[in-house]
Amino acid sequence: MTEFLQHIINGLSVGAIYALIALGYTMVYGVLKLINFAHGDVFMVGAMMAFYTSSKWSSEAQHPTIGGAVLIAVISMAICGLIGFVIERVAYRPLRSAPRINSLITAIGVSFFIEYGGQVVFGPTPNAFGILPPLPPVQVGGLSIGAVDIITMAVALALMFGLQRIVFHTRLGTAMRAVSHNPDVAALMGVNVDFIISFTFVLGSVLAAAAGILFASKYPSVQPLMGLMPGLKAFVAAVIGGIGNVPGAMVGGLLLGLIEQLVSGYFSSQWKDAVAFALLILILLVKPSGLLGRATAEKV
Amino acid sequence: MRIAALARLPLVALLALTACPSKDQGSGLVGADAKGEIVIGHVASTTGNEATFGISSDRGFHLFFDELNAKGGIKGRKIRLVTLDDQGKPEEAATAATRLIASDHVSVLLGEVASTRSLFMAPKAQMAKVPMVTPSSTNEKVTAVGDYIFRACFIDPFQGYVMAKFARENLKLNKVAILRDVRNDYSVGLAKVFQEEFTKMGGTIAGNESFSQGDVDFKAQLTNIKAQNPEAIFEPGYYTETGLIARQAREAGITVPLLGGDGWDSEKLYEIGGAALEGAYFSNHYSVDDPSPRVQDFAKRYKAAYNILPDSLGAQAYDAAGMLADAMNRATDLSGPAIRDALAATKNFQGVTGSITMEEHRNPVKPAVVLKIAKGGKYEFVTRIEPPSAVAAVPTTPSQKQP
Repeated sequence: MTEFLQHIINGLSVGAIYALIALGYTMVYGVLKLINFAHGDVFMVGAMMAFYTSSKWSSEAQHPTIGGAVLIAVISMAICGLIGFVIERVAYRPLRSAPRINSLITAIGVSFFIEYGGQVVFGPTPNAFGILPPLPPVQVGGLSIGAVDIITMAVALALMFGLQRIVFHTRLGTAMRAVSHNPDVAALMGVNVDFIISFTFVLGSVLAAAAGILFASKYPSVQPLMGLMPGLKAFVAAVIGGIGNVPGAMVGGLLLGLIEQLVSGYFSSQWKDAVAFALLILILLVKPSGLLGRATAEKV
Repeated sequence: MRIAALARLPLVALLALTACPSKDQGSGLVGADAKGEIVIGHVASTTGNEATFGISSDRGFHLFFDELNAKGGIKGRKIRLVTLDDQGKPEEAATAATRLIASDHVSVLLGEVASTRSLFMAPKAQMAKVPMVTPSSTNEKVTAVGDYIFRACFIDPFQGYVMAKFARENLKLNKVAILRDVRNDYSVGLAKVFQEEFTKMGGTIAGNESFSQGDVDFKAQLTNIKAQNPEAIFEPGYYTETGLIARQAREAGITVPLLGGDGWDSEKLYEIGGAALEGAYFSNHYSVDDPSPRVQDFAKRYKAAYNILPDSLGAQAYDAAGMLADAMNRATDLSGPAIRDALAATKNFQGVTGSITMEEHRNPVKPAVVLKIAKGGKYEFVTRIEPPSAVAAVPTTPSQKQP
């Protein structure tokens, strides 16, 4: 029984990370109907920026503090926001009126560019990451819960509610939804479409950076290809939950994490990725709009 | 060990020029038949990501041949070492080997450290019937290329025996869990031999889990292992995964030591794993802290020459050169086949890293050391484990079927 509960806790902790990455995926998709495959790589850049900021800050590198970690996180989130802005401006905006497949292929190109450019700039070998002071895990009964896992879960929940609030309860959110419905009509109504789309990208990239930093704190090694698998998994999580749906990303992420850990725990760790992607296929076959997604008829 | 680590490196398509060895001796037949110097070629990564591998090896070779030349060389002839850089790229290693054989007419080819690159060189040496000795490539496939290919280090799976013996006899453990990297030949080989030997010695395996190289989360496997209450965990992986596993094991409340092999040997290991690794043990080729006079004397001479302490690659290169010189002295003449026969007959050669005897597959039977990770990430020499007495008892491995 203890093992089972521990597997559940481990699953939720992995799932919280997936959920955090999936939030960014799903938000960009919700507004632009663009699957931003470079999201996982912005996630990597976020962790890398935090790594370089902390290694330049000598007192923090030797004796990390919580305050320092927050500041480092804010700096690297800001840098990633800027990167997100540039990616949209350079790679996606010129293609906005082109068929959707063009943007999708460009997104894959941007993703590879960041991954392999990252190997040249950052070097291919993994670096040790540590911006948080050592925090002992919380022990309850025979169970143990990592301190970073608790932080991740809290951050993921807070961001989920924050995003819901922005999208449904602010003027900016109203404009985002309007652009999502029909950019041309939104523009006629006086919405600055370019600004809204840039804002969405910046917000998505900031979320990716936050996820990257928490991921690297949980698994303390950073390297240029670290965003590949988590990015794909988060994509699966977003689809399971219903892509474009913010609470859906959260549910999808946690569910995926749980399934993976239970498969690794009771069958074999080699099966966990296969199961994750089999689940994607199953969801697409049975309920293409995802668990929490509403079926919408595409206007032709 | 180093095959898989290499696969992660990007292929940067840079065409660089290696330093041209001076072509003195003019005549076409330097190497074996001339009466002048004996030319020995060395292919090494002296630049690139693994520059330290090549530089350490080159230092070990130079130290030995300088000492040998001062004593009069081999059969009255001096040795000249020609080193070519391969920048850590397998294709460059093959090119360098061809060049050393065809235009420098080397008698013997030395190198590489990485098994991947040795595997690119070996067919060239085999085809030209030039004996090749790799100082540090531990993957078994290297010497399987042909009967002219030798090595001066033990092969990967031997460490499974070493750690099983250490766990059973030195640590007196009865129940050990295994956590292996199923995507890594090296790890699978070590784990298999460990399991066989540890059970043969009367121990039990409690918990047999696996992961895949590149994984970052091992909590599920560790939760299962914890439930079995083992006295140690044998985890023969590479350093990145090992660092993460050590941390997550402590987080999961596992306090028993981790055991592993030479794939752990990197300064990155402690950077990633930190204090969670303290108290762990792993096997390696050599330790500069080994108190035996042979090691200490060698370390002193190496330090005098290069002003740093020798790492295991430097020591293994020194031994490879020693083993080669020993064979060349015994050889009937200095032709390829004669040197090959003498190398194959190597018996009880006393090197720095231990006594070397060549078994039938041209792999040495020699001891390994066990190191403990102490506070602050320092490696402490614990003991030296000798191979099982009979040559035939060296475990052979399963990995031929691997793609």
